[in-house]
Amino acid sequence: MASNGADRYWSRTSALMWTMFVLWVLFSFVVHFFVEQLNSVKILGFPLGFYMAAQGSLIVFVVMLFVFAKRQDTIDREEGVAEDM
Amino acid sequence: MAQQSKAGGGDFISNLGKIYGLYTGGFFGFVIILAILERMGVPNKFIGYGFVFLTIAVYAIIGVLSRTAEVGEYYVAGRRVPAFYNGMATGADWMSGASFVGMAGTLFLLGYDGLSFVLGWTGGYVLVAILIAPFLRKFGAYTVPDFFAERFGGNFARFLAVIVLICCSFTYVTAQIYATGIIAQRFLGIDFVVAVYVGLLGILLCSMLGGMKAVTWTQVAQYIVLIVAYLIPVVILSAKKYGVPVPQLTYGSALAEITNLENQMAAKGLAATVKDAAGNAAFAKPHVKPFTDYNPLNFFALILCLMIGTASLPHILMRYFTTPSVRDARASVAWSLFFIFLLYFTAPAYAAFSKLEVYSLIAKGTKITELPTWMFTYGKLGLVKLCGANVVDTASIVAACGKIAGHAGVMRLQDFSINPDVIVLSTPEIAGMPYVIAGLVAAGGLAASLSTADGLLLAIANALSHDIYYKMVNPNAETKTRLVVARVLLVVVAIAAAYTASTKPADILSMVAWAFSLAAAGIFPALVLGIWWKRATSAGAVLGMIAGFGLCLYYLVGTRYFAVTFHEMWSWLGTASPAAKAKFADLKSAWAAASGPAKDVAWVALDKHAQSIASWWGVKNISCALFGLPVGFLTIWIVSLLTPAPSQAVMDMVDATRRPRGGTVIEDKGAAVAH
Repeated sequence: MASNGADRYWSRTSALMWTMFVLWVLFSFVVHFFVEQLNSVKILGFPLGFYMAAQGSLIVFVVMLFVFAKRQDTIDREEGVAEDM
Repeated sequence: MAQQSKAGGGDFISNLGKIYGLYTGGFFGFVIILAILERMGVPNKFIGYGFVFLTIAVYAIIGVLSRTAEVGEYYVAGRRVPAFYNGMATGADWMSGASFVGMAGTLFLLGYDGLSFVLGWTGGYVLVAILIAPFLRKFGAYTVPDFFAERFGGNFARFLAVIVLICCSFTYVTAQIYATGIIAQRFLGIDFVVAVYVGLLGILLCSMLGGMKAVTWTQVAQYIVLIVAYLIPVVILSAKKYGVPVPQLTYGSALAEITNLENQMAAKGLAATVKDAAGNAAFAKPHVKPFTDYNPLNFFALILCLMIGTASLPHILMRYFTTPSVRDARASVAWSLFFIFLLYFTAPAYAAFSKLEVYSLIAKGTKITELPTWMFTYGKLGLVKLCGANVVDTASIVAACGKIAGHAGVMRLQDFSINPDVIVLSTPEIAGMPYVIAGLVAAGGLAASLSTADGLLLAIANALSHDIYYKMVNPNAETKTRLVVARVLLVVVAIAAAYTASTKPADILSMVAWAFSLAAAGIFPALVLGIWWKRATSAGAVLGMIAGFGLCLYYLVGTRYFAVTFHEMWSWLGTASPAAKAKFADLKSAWAAASGPAKDVAWVALDKHAQSIASWWGVKNISCALFGLPVGFLTIWIVSLLTPAPSQAVMDMVDATRRPRGGTVIEDKGAAVAH
């Protein structure tokens, strides 16, 4: 019983980790493979490829981490392993 | 007694907002007072002294007030630091003097390719949050090697982790102390060696009496100073130029102008050009064009190594041991990245505005007899050069440029060179701001280097006092003895680092960038698999650490110090062109033929050329973890499967590490934690 709950907790936690990991790969590397193509788009003077490396990916990382903290906390509570506050 | 200090601590924690709010207000007031004093005619030198000494005094007071006699407070700040403030402290811990002073300069020189540093030094926090920090917090270690010892069967794994930790942290801390010396020297005009020891005193006052607790609260104070100092000049500049005080948005227009000026300079023959696809002369290295300095392989390899290095550096990971809960550890990583982001997404704006200034100057055809005053100010310090000569006075520049055949007496881009550190330091002056802003920038740079030095020193000294002394040499030591040993070692390490810095070792400074790859190759595979793969065994981890770290170190040292041998051994894996190989052969035979002093000269030329071509697949040695990481992971995987699975006790320990509920996994001796 307890072991089942623990397994489910860990599989949900792992799934969240992998989701975040894939996003991390996308915004750390994959987006920047296409910098030359993206640079043909200009926003406020910024070539888009340059913008993604200078700001875009960074903003995504910050938002991702706050979302991650919230989602993982929800999982903790739902699976009954959250810390006592 | 313990009860009282706990109550006192709680009171302090609940008033943090008020305390740091007042502090920030006080700091702004202090800047305004200095600005008024400057208006009243107080010399710049005293304004500079005011900034440096008063800020250091404040950090020292915080350090002394946070003194402690409890082991748990000394090593992990009593695990009471709220996520938000731990985020600020991590920001200060992370952003070094080099980030503060040098990052914008790197972006100025490299353009798009420099953004690999911006990406690499931020994205790693994603890995910290999802793979590592919450689990280490639950585990309840005092140091990163603690985890290795418990998970991988004892002191050998602990010892390996300590070695990796010291290898990557010591050169890094030396560079921080060096940076404090440089800043103090430039702004206070005191001798470099004296400046280094003054910086050392500041660092020790912050960390010695209160360990992690004191370092935490001074780092929060230092973060506030450094971020204010970094943002103010460029915000004023943006408001002046574009009427909008958000440089992160307005530098888009600067980038567009830079591209125009690049084309103008190329058309007027004021800059080096290359033939484009249509055979026309085009500007050689446009700011926004990717892969001009690094090829794509090196660009992405650097991003990967810096990110994984971030997630492996012990002085960063240990900051997440200080939060009250696992939940707070996660939130704290998010706040850390937010506070770091504020600086890193501003740095490209500094670079763009400075480049615009320099390019406008060149594109309008400035005569070398009519150079602006800022060029002389920094030229006298040897930081701005024209035609290869320091910009000291007009006569020497005219003489230097006169030696270049066909020079028309008009400044060209290829004549101009600037030390990257100047970009941030000179922005207030180039934009015509009062000296008080320049003083503020100096205080910010100082805060950045002091806070990083504090964190690194503590990481090294704690590894020596906790892991080596307490866990390996004298496990029965009493609390009092442990704290005495911890403080003595802190002072010893600090003095060793300051002494090394005072000799101005060029090599040490270039080695800092290596710290990331070394930490990544040595720590990351074993740490991540230790948490995420129960089957990882002690033998696997130990061999994986040795293999990954060893390979990375071999590549670094081989390509840097034994380049000739390395090239000869591995030229079949290198990417040197036939011409470069022929040059190598020529230089080699010249060296073999030479004798006496000429032989040494020939060797230097040969070694220098060899360093530029010795490689595996053209990967720069800063990214050596590109080889160390896969080898580390593979070794752990294969050896683990070949050795018996870890015991049930270890499996249970990993389970407990993964589950937030419950106390720390290892006993939290002497830590006054109330859960």
